[in-house]
Amino acid sequence: MEAMKVQNVTPNDLYWKVRYDASRCTLCGSCVATCSFRAIEAKVERRRMVFSESEFPEPKQRFSAVPVIMQVRSIKNYCRGCGSCEKVCPNDAIRPERNPDTRHPVVTRCLGGDSIKRGGRKNLEATSRTLDRIRVGRISQMTDPSLDAQRHTFDLLAPFGRILPPKKLPFSLDDLGQLKTDALTPPVRWIYPVIIGDMSIGALSWRMWEAVAMATAYLNEVCGIPVRMCSGEGGVPVRLLKSRYLKYMILQIASGHFGWNRIVKAMPHMVEDPAGILIKIGQGAKPGDGGLLQANKVAEHIQAIRGVPKADLLSPPNHQGLYSIEESVQKMFLSFNAAFKFRVPVAIKVAASATSVSVYNNLVRDPYNIVGGLFLDGIDGGTGAAHEVSLDHTGHPIVSKLRDCYLAATAQGRQGQIPLWAAGGLGKTGDLAADAFKMIALGANGVFTGKLILQMAGCVGNDQGRCNACNTGLCPVGITTQEPALVHRLDPERVAQNIVNYFLAMDQEFKKLMAPIGNSSLPVGRSDALVATDKGVADKLQIQYVC
Amino acid sequence: MCRIGAIKSLDYLHPSQALLLMQSQQKGHDNSGFAMIMHDLGGVFESYKHLPTLSMACTDEGVKLAEDLLHAAGFQRVMQWVPETNPLSGLDIIAMPNYVFETFEYPKQYKHAEQREKEDLLLDIRLKLRALLEENEQGFVYSFWPDVVTLKEIGDPRDIGTYFNLWEADDKFTAKVITAQCRQNTNYDIVRYAAHPFFMQGYTALANGENTFYLKNVEFQRKLHRGYIGFESDSQCFLYTLHYVHRELGWPLKYYKHVMTPLPFDEISGRDDEQQLLAIRQSLAHLEINGPNTIIGVLPDNSMFTCCDAKKLRPVVLGRDERMVVLSSEVCGINEILPDRNWEDDIYPHEREIVAINNDLEVQRWRQ
Repeated sequence: MEAMKVQNVTPNDLYWKVRYDASRCTLCGSCVATCSFRAIEAKVERRRMVFSESEFPEPKQRFSAVPVIMQVRSIKNYCRGCGSCEKVCPNDAIRPERNPDTRHPVVTRCLGGDSIKRGGRKNLEATSRTLDRIRVGRISQMTDPSLDAQRHTFDLLAPFGRILPPKKLPFSLDDLGQLKTDALTPPVRWIYPVIIGDMSIGALSWRMWEAVAMATAYLNEVCGIPVRMCSGEGGVPVRLLKSRYLKYMILQIASGHFGWNRIVKAMPHMVEDPAGILIKIGQGAKPGDGGLLQANKVAEHIQAIRGVPKADLLSPPNHQGLYSIEESVQKMFLSFNAAFKFRVPVAIKVAASATSVSVYNNLVRDPYNIVGGLFLDGIDGGTGAAHEVSLDHTGHPIVSKLRDCYLAATAQGRQGQIPLWAAGGLGKTGDLAADAFKMIALGANGVFTGKLILQMAGCVGNDQGRCNACNTGLCPVGITTQEPALVHRLDPERVAQNIVNYFLAMDQEFKKLMAPIGNSSLPVGRSDALVATDKGVADKLQIQYVC
Repeated sequence: MCRIGAIKSLDYLHPSQALLLMQSQQKGHDNSGFAMIMHDLGGVFESYKHLPTLSMACTDEGVKLAEDLLHAAGFQRVMQWVPETNPLSGLDIIAMPNYVFETFEYPKQYKHAEQREKEDLLLDIRLKLRALLEENEQGFVYSFWPDVVTLKEIGDPRDIGTYFNLWEADDKFTAKVITAQCRQNTNYDIVRYAAHPFFMQGYTALANGENTFYLKNVEFQRKLHRGYIGFESDSQCFLYTLHYVHRELGWPLKYYKHVMTPLPFDEISGRDDEQQLLAIRQSLAHLEINGPNTIIGVLPDNSMFTCCDAKKLRPVVLGRDERMVVLSSEVCGINEILPDRNWEDDIYPHEREIVAINNDLEVQRWRQ
């Protein structure tokens, strides 16, 4: 008998244990072939069988070699709990089981000497969500009538672009008493209040990205729902840049400027303006950190789109040329506004922070009126790759921060001038309409969502540590990988169909929320429509406390 | 639900007509108050049309405080009219000790001032008076404006009429435009300031309904103008938006409708004025209203209008003859005072129009 080696990794140390029932297994090998993490393998076990063939015990023994499926004992190829093995097993012979006694956070750091990286979003769930303690509680009863979600018409659009205060509108009256516009005003696009936000073509597989783009086009052209999609940092296929579908895309530029070489070169050939430009300063999931695309995801086509070699692609934590808000307003915003001849709104995305109100105040007071939106991303936002310590421990919840910014605007009479778009864990429970509606009533013009879109496509990751392997390039469902064999698991048309259907359902649900409060247009800032069942939440958000 | 009414006439009318207009609608309101604003005054005020008249209800101390303030500001009183009251026992009225209708000469230094400057002075003085009398509840200042008087009181409108002798028509207290409403605020606290009609710098507005974008409107209006205060009723927002759009921005009245109930995006798209309507919708998003509402308004030139919410969830009807146009929540009110009119000329406005009545009683329907 061998002495026990304490330091050896065993399934007991890992997040997931693979439960395997040899008696049901047909040894078809599907599970091993499917596991993109190589976390299970076919092995041969030595078995001893003791038996007796007489009436009285006369033990005999027989040894046999049995082929089995075993969990790999490694901190590299470890089970992520994605359940692909269970999905393909014809006999229910294998499945992952959560290990509450995992030592993974300690063991991995001890053996690897490196910080843990993963995808997904914050996995620490100490309390219930703020949004779940808020209800739409001001129902139209007697004093005013509720509307009919099926029969009445509703205006479900939100502005993207800088909005002038009324006295700055360059209007004069003509001879017929009609207002006419005497000067250019900043471009504003009225779009659906849910933006599909910003996942790059490197973070996502080409099929996934294409599916999202297809869904966006379908929602616009067939369903008449003007949904916009943000490209993420990492460029856009040239074919799309030169197509008329560009008008549905918000192009993102982040600190790595990945993909912009191609975008700039395509500009003379563009037949439509993009829907907008989003300058990414920060991201809720990993605030203060730049984008991270690990080398194993930098496939050939990604190299081509971004113009880079196969290497880890790290966007710096900030835009190297900018040192202040004033400078960013003057340099980045002006240059992007100018690049598209002031026809395309330019907005900024920042991670929610204790300083967000200062940022917002600075932007809203800029005299050039060129910042066309503030996208605030909270700690619950998802990402394709980040250090786990950033994901779990840095950042700021979105709900109160969005509210703080709206109230700051209200105190100055500047609400609406820079539209507020919020994200970070919205739709986490699968119900984006409710979350978005509550955020809108708290002052958001709209919301953006990324992680939920992946879940619509079939992402099995969750916030209790399941999968979260987007950084590895081994996504078992073909969403965040560039591995052809994995990518082909994803049917882009079905993904697009799921996204379209989700938006159609959400559109209905928005109306079912607006009708009982008697509103036919989005109740931006109508916090009187909300009540909170938690006193602290009510006080902080300045809404009514109920119990 | 409250009921509102308004009369615009070529002849001077006594407020008994307004009481009559509202009385037959009493099942629709709760008889908890009476308030009216009269524009284009006749009777004792007719010779003072160019000078501001203060309308106020207050204590004795309140009268003194107000007069001291006005004198200190250089205003000289040129006329005072005190309504004869009938303090009969058993009347349902919570009366104030004094009802003041005083007309003043402008301060000397304003003799050659621009009209706008005078108007701002009148507003500032009213705001100061209001603040002054608010301490210890010494009184309520409703209007301080040329050719306008306001009366508001809590109680049964019939008894209020009796108390002020308003049932007896005479030719001393008359006007060509009278707007009236017979209900105290029921959504919020009962205070005199909460009763429609509301007045500011020549503009009057009264409404029947519930403005569910009240909070949005209030939060925005508070920062728009020093005079946008109070907000004791959600309907004050309609007055302030009217004042802002028509006076502060200087836009024609039809844009009031575009601000309050903007057209749906698909109807804006493709119109000649698409660019302007979108800009209005964007920049004045927080002045949009929602919920069921009918609004009646009077402009500084004494023209009158009515419009509704975007879903037409509250009624209003216009009836008329050659000498008079009447707006009312219910047609029964018009039947009382214009029984012989041609009913076929009645107008039931729809959700996308403003019905405007000019000083020649010409009725125009402007489709949004």
